[in-house]
Amino acid sequence: MDRLKLVLQYFQSNSESISNGICIILSLISVKLYTSFDFNCPCLPQYNKMYALGVMFVPPIILFLLGVLVSRHTGVLMEEWVRPLGNRTKNPAVVKFLLSSMLQRALLAPMVWILMTLLDGKCLICAFSMNVDPKYFTGIPNSTGLELIKIMAKVPCKEDVIFKNSSFRKAVSRYVRCYSQAIGWSILLFFIFLGTVGRVLKPCFNHATFLQTRYWSNYLDIEQKLFDETCVLHARDFARKCVVQFFESMREDVTVRMPLSNALRPSTIQNEYEEEEEERLHGITRQDQVDHLLQTWYECKPELDVTNMAYKPKGCITWEDHNGKVLFSEV
Amino acid sequence: MDKFRMMAQILQSNQESFMNGICGVMALASAQLYTSFEFNCPCIPEYNYSYGISMLVIPPIWFFLLGFVLNNNISILAEEWKRPVGQRRKDPAVIRYMCVSISQRSLIAPAVWISVTLMDGKSFLCAYSMDLDMLEFGKNVSGHGLSQEELLRTLAKIPCKHIYDGQHILSREAATRYICCISQAFGWLFLLIITIAAFLIRAIRPCFTQATFLKTKYWSHYVDTERKMFDETCTEHAKSFAKICIKQYFEGVSGEIQSLHDHSRGDDSDDEDNKPATEEDTLMGVRRQDTMNKVLWDWHTCKPPLSLRKYGDASTEQNGDCSMNANKNQDKNIGDKTELNEGQNGFKCSYVNPGLDIGQSNLDKGYENASFSTEQNGFTNRHSNASTGLNGFMNGGVSSPCNIQRKAWAVYYSKV
Repeated sequence: MDRLKLVLQYFQSNSESISNGICIILSLISVKLYTSFDFNCPCLPQYNKMYALGVMFVPPIILFLLGVLVSRHTGVLMEEWVRPLGNRTKNPAVVKFLLSSMLQRALLAPMVWILMTLLDGKCLICAFSMNVDPKYFTGIPNSTGLELIKIMAKVPCKEDVIFKNSSFRKAVSRYVRCYSQAIGWSILLFFIFLGTVGRVLKPCFNHATFLQTRYWSNYLDIEQKLFDETCVLHARDFARKCVVQFFESMREDVTVRMPLSNALRPSTIQNEYEEEEEERLHGITRQDQVDHLLQTWYECKPELDVTNMAYKPKGCITWEDHNGKVLFSEV
Repeated sequence: MDKFRMMAQILQSNQESFMNGICGVMALASAQLYTSFEFNCPCIPEYNYSYGISMLVIPPIWFFLLGFVLNNNISILAEEWKRPVGQRRKDPAVIRYMCVSISQRSLIAPAVWISVTLMDGKSFLCAYSMDLDMLEFGKNVSGHGLSQEELLRTLAKIPCKHIYDGQHILSREAATRYICCISQAFGWLFLLIITIAAFLIRAIRPCFTQATFLKTKYWSHYVDTERKMFDETCTEHAKSFAKICIKQYFEGVSGEIQSLHDHSRGDDSDDEDNKPATEEDTLMGVRRQDTMNKVLWDWHTCKPPLSLRKYGDASTEQNGDCSMNANKNQDKNIGDKTELNEGQNGFKCSYVNPGLDIGQSNLDKGYENASFSTEQNGFTNRHSNASTGLNGFMNGGVSSPCNIQRKAWAVYYSKV
C-alpha cells in the first residue's frame, strides 16, 4: 500500500510523469490481458486466418482508443484546435506537438500486444499453418483420409487425435513459430532504431523552436487545470454567499436599543474571512456574469500578456468627516 | 517499505545514480526476458544456424539501443553538440565524456544477455548441432546407412527433444552435454574478459589526465543539472503566468479591480524575509508571450556565459558573440507572437543611443547612482550599477544584441 503511494507520488510530480505512468499501466494491462487470454484456434480451414488475425489486431485497436481516451492531452489538443481566435493567436506547432506526444504514448500498449503475439507465435501458427508445404516434414498422418489442407489446419490443436505420437505437428509448429519470432524481433529492432535516431537527431533541428513549443503546450495544460480549479472555488464561494444572502434576506429587521457592548461588535476574524472570499469571487457575482465569463473563455481567449497586473492602480482610501475635512488619506 | 523509500531517494538524488538505477533495472529485465522468452530452435538444417546466432546477437543490440533511448543524457549530449556557440564556449571533452559514460552504461544489459545465453547453452546447441563430429563420440560414421543429407537433417533435430528420431545413431543427451559444455566455457571466458577490461579501465584511468577528468565530470554534471533546473523554472513560471492570466481575465470580465485587498494585505506583513515568493516574483519580469518566446529561443541559440554576476554588477565577460544574423532568424521564426519583433528592435535602438550618449558625458563626472528599472526582459537584475553597465556598452560599442538584451532598458535615470 505504501509502495503504491510512493509510486503514485512520484508519478504525480509533474504532468508528463502522469502521462508516462498511464502509458506504462496500459502496457502492463495489455501484457496481463494477453497472458490470461485463452487462445482457442478453431482448427478449421475457413476460420483459422480470420480468428488469428482478429486476435492479433482487434485488441490493439481497442487499446489505442483507450490510450487516446485517457490521455489528458486529447482534451487540451482538441480545445486548442477548434477554438475561435479570440484575443490569442493560434500556434499550429503547439497543436502538432500535443498530437505527436499523445499518439506516441497511445501507441505503446497496442505495440506491446502485437509484439507479444508475434514472439509467442500462437497467432501466426493458427493463421499460417495451412500455408506450410508439408513435404519438408516427415511423419505426416495421411491414413485418416482427410484432405491435406484440413490436416494442416489442425496443426495448431495439439489435443487432436490425428496427431497422436506424431512429431509432424511439433515440427511444423516450430517452423512457423521461428518465422513469427523473427518478424517480432525485426519489428522491435526497427522501432528501437527509429527511437534512437529520433532521440539523437532531434536537437539538430529547430531545437529553440522546440523549447518554445514545449513550454506553451505545457502552459496550456496548466492553464486548463487552473481554470477548472478557479471555477470550482468560485462556484463554492458563490454558493455560500448566495445562501447567506438568502438567509439574511429572510431575516426581519430588528431594532435594538442598547449600548453597543464589546460582545456585540462584529469580530475581525469574520471580516478577514469575508475579504478573502470576496477576493476569490474576483468580482463575478451574478449568474449572467458567470455565463458570460464561461462563454468568453471559449470564444475569445484572452491574450498572453499579464503586464496589466503589475501596473494596477492601487486603490487609496481617504476618510473625510461630514464637513469634508480629510481625517486620513493614503494618497 | 522504508528501505524501498530510502533506495528510491538515493537513486533519485542525482542523475548519475538515477542512470545507474535504470541500468540495473534493464539488466534485470534482460535476464527476466531471457527466462520468459520461449527459445524455439527450428530444427531444420537451413535455419538452425541463423536462428541460434541471431538469438545470441540481436537482443543485445536491441538492449544497447534501448539504453540510449532511455538515457536522458543522450538528448543533453546532442543538444550540447548542436547548439550555436552563443556566449558560452563548447567543450569537446565534456561531450566525449558524456558519450563514453552513456555507452558504458548501455553495455551492461547486452553483456548480461550474452552471458546468460551462453551459460544456458540452448543457442549454441541450436547453431552448432550439425557440426558435431561423430568420431568424438566413438560412433562409426558410415555404419548406419544414412546419406549425408539425411544425417545432417537428423543432427539438426538434436535440439528438439520431441522431434529427434536418431537415438540409435547418436545419443541426444551426450551431444547436448558436449555442446553445452563448450557453450559454458565460452560464457565464463566472456565474463572474465569483460571483467578484466572493466577493471583495467577503472584502475588505470586515473593515471592519465585525472585533473582534466575531474573538470569534465564536473561540467557534464553541471550541464545536466542546469537543464533540469531550467525545465523546473519554466514549469513554475508557466503556473504563475496561468494563475495571473486567469485572475486578470476574471477581473476583466467583471470590470472590478481587486486591488484594495492587496494593498491592505501589504500593510500587514512586516518581515519581508519570511514572505513566501509571490507569483510576481516567480514571473521574474517575463510577462508576455513574445518575451517568453525570446527567453526560450535564446536559451538554445545564445546560451549565457558561465559567470555569475554579483548583485549590481553587470558582466562584461563574453565568450562568444551572438551575431545579428541569429537575431534576424529569430525574428522570422517566432511566428506566434502577437506583436512583431521589429517593434522591439526599433525600441532597442532608440533607447540604446541616448543611453550611450548620456553615459559617456556623465562618466567623467564619476557618476554612480543611476537607477535603471527593467522593462520586459529575461533574467536581468532589477537594479544595475550604471558605470559598469555603461562600460559594457562602451567596450563593445554597439555590442551584440544578446548583450543588449541582458542589460536593462533605460526607462528613467536620476543624476546624483
